Amino acid sequence: MLFDKFQTMANFQAELAERHVKPFGAVTEKILSATEGVVEGRNVILAGTNNYLGLSFDPRCIKAAQDAAARWGTGTTGSRLANGSFSEHQALESEIAQFYGVDHAIVFSTGYAATMGMCSTLAGPGDTILLDADSHASIYAGVKLSGADIIRFKHNNPEDLAKRLRRLGDRANQALIIAEGIYSMLGDVAPLQEIAAVKREYGGYLFLDEAHSMGALGDTGRGAAQAAGVEADVDFFAGTFSKSLGAIGGFCVSRHPELEAIRYCINAYIFTASSAPSIIASTRAALRIITEEPQLRLRLWDNAHRLYDGLKALGLPVGPTASPVVAVEMEDRSATIDCWNALMQAGVYVNLVIPPASPSTNFLLRNSVSAAHSSEQIDTIIAAYAGLISAGLITPTNKGH
Amino acid sequence: MTDYQEYLNFLYSALEFQNKKQLVLSEDTALVADIGLSSLEVMEFIEKIEDHFDISIPLNILPDVNTIGDLARKVRELNL
Ligand SMILES: Cc1ncc(COP(=O)(O)O)c(C=O)c1O
Repeated sequence: MLFDKFQTMANFQAELAERHVKPFGAVTEKILSATEGVVEGRNVILAGTNNYLGLSFDPRCIKAAQDAAARWGTGTTGSRLANGSFSEHQALESEIAQFYGVDHAIVFSTGYAATMGMCSTLAGPGDTILLDADSHASIYAGVKLSGADIIRFKHNNPEDLAKRLRRLGDRANQALIIAEGIYSMLGDVAPLQEIAAVKREYGGYLFLDEAHSMGALGDTGRGAAQAAGVEADVDFFAGTFSKSLGAIGGFCVSRHPELEAIRYCINAYIFTASSAPSIIASTRAALRIITEEPQLRLRLWDNAHRLYDGLKALGLPVGPTASPVVAVEMEDRSATIDCWNALMQAGVYVNLVIPPASPSTNFLLRNSVSAAHSSEQIDTIIAAYAGLISAGLITPTNKGH
Repeated sequence: MTDYQEYLNFLYSALEFQNKKQLVLSEDTALVADIGLSSLEVMEFIEKIEDHFDISIPLNILPDVNTIGDLARKVRELNL
């Protein structure tokens, strides 16, 4: 039957309902600030929002959005290709290109459309794509549509990438290599110096999704490639406005002038309405703020270290290094759901991640840190995890420091 | 078809440890439906083949692969 394949999901939803937990699609009834809200009737610290710089409530961004809505209306009601290119969109495109120090940029309606659209269009039948095995769902969706040969390399493993480029022989210098800056689920950073060196040796084009690293890494916040000093080796940067910039939308920038022709070949750009001008205006304001206020990035990292060190000291299984995404990995689904629920009871909202969204068969309690968190809020989050340990819901796996 | 048989033989031996039900393998044995490989085991198996022949097997050919025979034909094609 058509619906048979949904039965497993329906059963899972029924199980969650029976346990009175709502980790997926929990309703936020009120937002009090960038880091606090009322979720499912409970006052919580928001520790799973990707609002890395806390800009979703910046008064300058709000004002820019309000003014633009008053001036341009609530929506464009059309594609960028037709009636939906306003001067706001064009201005954001030149500003984001300038931010990256390149000449070409495309603004998309969502980050998903940006990565999916670019990955489905850049390579086509007869071409080869080499993508990191832990790539985001939008990248997998794109490459699947591309018609190209799709080859995975092991996550964050430049040797495996090199091996696979070598196997391509003289097709290697035509290949599209896809990686991310910070990986969204575990917060680990791609070894971009090594990946760039492999690309220099074998050739190919590098597409880098900086969704979680733009605003968080690099001297001026361009992301992981800037932090690694290898921006010249990146052919295409993609990213989103929905995380550090606190809005919604996505982009691709490139030094290649061909991006202007590619733009008109991307279905996810053509066959969808452009972003509302209010969103574009708040994104422009946020981009200015991250350029002018590098201290936001420092605060983000202070908080990231504070949370990471705190959870590590409790002996919880966190990743190898501190990052704005701090994930606690667990093996048992039911135990992870209990922990998620107990954190909510303690006033802390985090993301519950289950396979295949998690990169292995493990379950995750995924925390994302914001520059807007106070030290006290970070300590409350750590204390909530300590509560999980004393309640016997999670067992420390390492000694901690 | 002798070299097809050689590819088959390699796949049989590569599957030895994952053939938990101890099925008698033939070119018509289905990797998932018969042997019961999980998606992780499929990936491990594929990697073993890739390293042995020093090739990469693109993900996009996998939907057409059900049996050991399907895979042997694809690997032979890729290894030409
Ligand atoms: C790596 C990566 N790329 C793309 C996206 C899509 O971005 P958006 O949610 O803004 O559409 C996300 C976020 O969900 C992501 O984590």
